[in-house]
Amino acid sequence: MSGFLALVRRDLALSLRIGGGASFALVFFLMIVTLTPFAIGPDLNLLSRIAPAILWIGAVLATLIGLDRLFQADAEDGTLDLLKAGRLPLEGVVLAKCLAHWLTTGLPLALAAPLFGLLLAMEPAGMAAAALSLLVGTPALTFIGAVGAALTAGIRRGGVLIAIMALPLMIPVLIFGVAACNAAVGGTIPFATPLAILGALTLIFAVIGVIGSAAGLRQVD
Amino acid sequence: MTIINQLANPTRFMSLSGKLLPWIAGLSAMCFAIGFYGAWFSAPADYQQGETIRIMYIHVPAAWLAMFFYTLMTASAIGALVWRHPLAEVAQKAAAPIGASFALICLITGALWGRPMWGTYWVWDARLTSMLVLLLIYLAIMALWRTIDEPTQAGRAVSILTLVGFVNIPIIKFSVDWWNTLHQPASVFRMDGPTIHPSMLWPLLICAVAFSLFSICLHLIGMRTEIMRRRVRTLTILAADQADRTIPAGAMRSAAE
Repeated sequence: MSGFLALVRRDLALSLRIGGGASFALVFFLMIVTLTPFAIGPDLNLLSRIAPAILWIGAVLATLIGLDRLFQADAEDGTLDLLKAGRLPLEGVVLAKCLAHWLTTGLPLALAAPLFGLLLAMEPAGMAAAALSLLVGTPALTFIGAVGAALTAGIRRGGVLIAIMALPLMIPVLIFGVAACNAAVGGTIPFATPLAILGALTLIFAVIGVIGSAAGLRQVD
Repeated sequence: MTIINQLANPTRFMSLSGKLLPWIAGLSAMCFAIGFYGAWFSAPADYQQGETIRIMYIHVPAAWLAMFFYTLMTASAIGALVWRHPLAEVAQKAAAPIGASFALICLITGALWGRPMWGTYWVWDARLTSMLVLLLIYLAIMALWRTIDEPTQAGRAVSILTLVGFVNIPIIKFSVDWWNTLHQPASVFRMDGPTIHPSMLWPLLICAVAFSLFSICLHLIGMRTEIMRRRVRTLTILAADQADRTIPAGAMRSAAE
């Protein structure tokens, strides 16, 4: 357990200090939220209707940031070999690194969502729902992306490849995330239904993602 | 298991597949002739859809095969990961472009069929969307194959991605269905009636057999090509190694021999 916590602390420190990219995801998220109205036009009614979609697409794309270095940096400087030889199982290593990635990517996005929702003229109920759905759903995005990151850890130019591999698998999370936001501000289904499925997806992908990533890391030399 | 092990020997596979290939190809051509005759001349035009129903005889087998080849890739991926068998890797690699092609054929024929029937080339129907996502997953797998140059390492990485994708496909299917019913209360497209009339069913089944045999041919050819490509690669590496040892540094002219 101490090894797990130490690894989380190390990854957090690395991404928060100079050379890390903890703030990139949030800034990128803001960029997408800002760009979309320029493409669509300043119609507030339309924007408030599609705001959940904008926030969720922004979150999906922002999650990809930092994934390309999630395991690659460790594979390059030999840390990965030490982690493999260590007492903490490789699945534990993956879980720790995913947790650190989510704390610097998914969590800030979820917390900032109400604020960015203001720009898109969301209703207060919608903002709360967006924040809650992102809080529940973004871990799943990190776990899916981790598989792609593990498979490309030994490759020089893995960044775009991660996006190509992970994005199709993120579709279910996107569907239920947006559905939860929409359910909160009206519609026929209760808010809890898509949110519960979103939670289930996070749990399923926690298992698949961790096992898949560990298997992927084992085949990296 | 012993039979599979014997057949899985690449040399034996090469000789056996070489002998079988012309027979399967001939059988496939025969089935195509019968099936297409049935589809074009003997099967009646649909009372609602008219002559466009004949697209079905290509569209439906393509959809089946697109899913079949993903299943085949998954079985091969397990073979490659658990038993580390090179032939399983080869089968997996050869299956990806074929499955992707059938998914694409299914989407294109579906679009051509949709234009006269629904008045548009594309609707975000649950089935169309699922097939599109399947195509995207195929493309991702092919992209990963093309990125890692060491065949065994590429095989393991792709196997993991294939298995993760296989677990995900039911989840994607479920969510797309859910999303679709949420957005489109009345489905645009429903198969007419619970069953297909026998006069349409038998050409469809024969066409499906023909396409399956044809795709098995393509798969065997793809596997044979890949085995030969790997042999060439190994021989090239050996030759380069030999040249490195016999020729002093600076004189590299015969390295390509």
